[in-house]
Amino acid sequence: MEYVNAIEMKNITKTFGSVIANNKVNLDIRKGEILSVLGENGCGKTTLMNMLAGIYYPDEGQIFVNGEEVTIRSPKDAFNLKIGMVHQHFKLVDVFTAAQNIALGVKDNGLYSIKKIATEVREMGSRYGFKINPNKLIHEMSVSEKQTVEIIKVLFRGANILILDEPTAVLTPQEIKTLFAVLREMKKDGKSIVIITHKLNEVMEISDRVAVLRKGEHIATVETSETNEKALADMMVGKKLNLNIDRKEPVNPKPRLIIEHMTVKNRDGINAVDDVSFTVNGGEILGIAGISGNGQKELLEGIAGLQKVESGDIIFHNPKKDKPVTFFHKTLRKIKKMAAEGCFHDPEGRKINFDGYKNKEIVRLVNEEKVLFYEDEIIDLRHRTPREIQELGIKLSFVPEDRLNMGLVGNMSIIDNMALRSYRKGKSIFVNKKRPKNLADKIIDELEVVTPSDMTPVRRLSGGNVQKVLVGREISSSPKVLMAAYPVRGLDINSSYLIYNLLNQQKEKNVAVIFVGEDLDVLLALSDRLVVLSGGKVAGVVDARKVTKEEVGLLMLSNAKAEEAEAVKAELKKEGTVVPVEENNSEEVIAEEKEDKE
Amino acid sequence: MNTTKKTREPLFHLIKRTNVPMWQAWLVRGVTVLAAFLLIGLMSFISLKINPFKVYSYMIKGAFGDSYRIMRLLRDLAILLLFALAVTPAFKMKFWNIGAEGQVLMGAYACMFCIFNLGGKINDTLLIFISLAAALVAGSIWAVIPALFKAKWNTNETLFTLMMNYVAIQIILYTIKIWVPGGTGVLTPTVYGNLPKIAGDNFWLSIIAALVMTAIMFVYLRFSKHGYEITVVGESENTARYIGINVKKVIIRTLLLSGLICGITGFLLVAGINHTVSSTTAGGRGFTAILVSWLAKFNPIFMIFTSFLVVFLAKGTDEVMTMSGITNSFFSQVVTGVMFLMIIGCEFFINYRVVFSRHIKKATVVAAVPVTEESAAAETLEAPVNDTQADASEKEDNV
Repeated sequence: MEYVNAIEMKNITKTFGSVIANNKVNLDIRKGEILSVLGENGCGKTTLMNMLAGIYYPDEGQIFVNGEEVTIRSPKDAFNLKIGMVHQHFKLVDVFTAAQNIALGVKDNGLYSIKKIATEVREMGSRYGFKINPNKLIHEMSVSEKQTVEIIKVLFRGANILILDEPTAVLTPQEIKTLFAVLREMKKDGKSIVIITHKLNEVMEISDRVAVLRKGEHIATVETSETNEKALADMMVGKKLNLNIDRKEPVNPKPRLIIEHMTVKNRDGINAVDDVSFTVNGGEILGIAGISGNGQKELLEGIAGLQKVESGDIIFHNPKKDKPVTFFHKTLRKIKKMAAEGCFHDPEGRKINFDGYKNKEIVRLVNEEKVLFYEDEIIDLRHRTPREIQELGIKLSFVPEDRLNMGLVGNMSIIDNMALRSYRKGKSIFVNKKRPKNLADKIIDELEVVTPSDMTPVRRLSGGNVQKVLVGREISSSPKVLMAAYPVRGLDINSSYLIYNLLNQQKEKNVAVIFVGEDLDVLLALSDRLVVLSGGKVAGVVDARKVTKEEVGLLMLSNAKAEEAEAVKAELKKEGTVVPVEENNSEEVIAEEKEDKE
Repeated sequence: MNTTKKTREPLFHLIKRTNVPMWQAWLVRGVTVLAAFLLIGLMSFISLKINPFKVYSYMIKGAFGDSYRIMRLLRDLAILLLFALAVTPAFKMKFWNIGAEGQVLMGAYACMFCIFNLGGKINDTLLIFISLAAALVAGSIWAVIPALFKAKWNTNETLFTLMMNYVAIQIILYTIKIWVPGGTGVLTPTVYGNLPKIAGDNFWLSIIAALVMTAIMFVYLRFSKHGYEITVVGESENTARYIGINVKKVIIRTLLLSGLICGITGFLLVAGINHTVSSTTAGGRGFTAILVSWLAKFNPIFMIFTSFLVVFLAKGTDEVMTMSGITNSFFSQVVTGVMFLMIIGCEFFINYRVVFSRHIKKATVVAAVPVTEESAAAETLEAPVNDTQADASEKEDNV
């Protein structure tokens, strides 16, 4: 059968300075298909699509739309050619409603009626299976609702070719199901859809064909039905992959962090973490499973001192037994007090209480490392400042939705970002840049960070590389507790495994690792034990070696809302199939909205 | 509509430059300043019929004509530099302090207050130290108040500091009314509490102070832990909080520093230069300093050059106007405007490269010949293949 291509890109080359983002790429998009553009982080997927959307202009090569050569100079040109792109970072006006945002930029002789647009948006919603309330303000919307607005905005301008940049990166599994159902409806309607992604399972699930890019070059375009995940992964990374995570038995696990009846309220005053108790051992990876938004963020931030803990205790067992005490966190008075309580012993094992010692002598003994802890130090973290908690060796490597907003400073170089953790060290009033530089170079080398130099501002790096810099820094500070939330979100396979290995190395160094993940398969393969959160409560603590995915899934849903439960249950029933969008679903939404209005 | 567009390339497009070497960027800026001077000469020739070379010579004479003029230039340069140093740490933290005017005025006022009330009653050296301390306290109070509000209730610092300026002005006007009976509103210069003259001139102390402060501020911002914290807070408050920086503390500490420098500036203005105070003691330099600081990209060393440029233009155009009998200040304003417009404009060319499309077209033709094109057209396009290849490789070289 003869296909007519909606878009053909021929020999497209785009360079940024000395970096070649795309090198003579050929790509065609057929009418009425879903095409996945697959590739590792920084392989030029987004750049290529940005050239279709009019964000960039190719250095070389041609673009044909419906067989005619075109020049796309601006997003406006792209719209005129019925090409629309939904970017990874949404471009919406927060204080406007969905309908107002959609109305922006629609030129209809300068006149438009919000009411009319709202009606049309609803119609569009029911046609494709969107759930949308056109009169809701953007800042009141969840990430997935915002994405829906972006998609409708593009459709509203009459786009026939939709490009979605990493649409699933910020969505929960059930939201992804809904999105995919919508995309299939659009396909039926004759639209061409391009999805930029690096998630293999999604590629297999949604797309008709897959175009694989590697390091700026087009490797191949294959029919999804004629390939499998393994073959795609090989094409994507160029070498055979070992998909197994090496999990060793924890050695001598001892309680490191004991959370007792911890409650944290979120911004709305609701208990996001509700009476949570569990123990994290040194030398193990404790996985935290749960549908995202069930208290994971608040739990970790509560431990790190970044959120107010309403009640409960966070007991930290500082592994100090037989290690010398220092003046790093303690004053002389505090040391004397602790000695009186019998906390220290001398190298021969006798207890010291400093009775009759002069201050000078005590300082000398401490500095000569002759005063050792008798037992592990026990500290309640609840009323400590984030800085104190951090200096005790409890590191939070939190990867938020906006990576550059928390943890890293976009405009500062990799070196300066390394210094964020260490700059306070030492008595000098100046920042020591030598150590951060060594660390930066080490991380760039070991984690294969793609960057022009260690002086490059991190905002210029691609998402995955930014993440490597962040995770690398947190791990480098030899933590005693390492909390990693979604450390592989947005990372390609190679980088993900690099991170898993790093976490495993930390575990072997007797670090207590808390790993908050999304992918159940990974959680089960990497963790030793698993805490399942549901509605801010602990639904269960299970042995990750013995438990099945289905059991964890059920635990995840024990307190969840009915709607979410159905979506996940469906996922558990049959992998790879889609939950059909109920036909009356959208109508119900509209009906509800009508009621709201009245 | 599409059919016409299809063949039309964009006339030019912009490519973001990355890794522009420092020297190249400064070369562009230097050339821009020269070009601005050429333009200024041309404009004065066209509009005022003054020989451009005369304009330049008047400007140079006005700035460096004799030792008296040079001293004035250096003095104004030093004071403007101090103003700019005061606003810079806060700016680097993205705290838009536009209240340097008021902060300096309060410093000057506190200094004068001490001199007025204690002059002649106590030892003059002691008086100098008391008035310095008073100036430091007053300047820092005026800066810390908006910082406290910002830290505590997240008030808008721009409006707050701006309004504090007017409060300071009114306080001074009110006090002078009380001090000077008779309603002239002018406080005659005092003989007490004056800073000692160095090398026969009473300006040197201010100049030395400005230089020392510049060096200290450069080191402080570039290398110190405080400076690092200021940058982090300015770039991302969330990150700052995440790594355990006490953001409120940094805001207050930094504004305290700003206020202290303003206090010193106010003290130097009264005790070192004017020996009196009025509502125009700061003379709008609190606002000019913002421009000086921005143009120098918050780098204290570069600020020496940017404040020199501002002061040179002011002195130079004054001379031109005197010598040519221009009685309104438009000339000075136009010249300053042209200069800064050009300097700000040149930043665009430092950050972006303009590529004209003809160049690209030639390079891309080699790649593929579209199927839909007529064969005749294709042939003509194919003909100069060698040339275009040469062009293409040339282009690569340029890149």
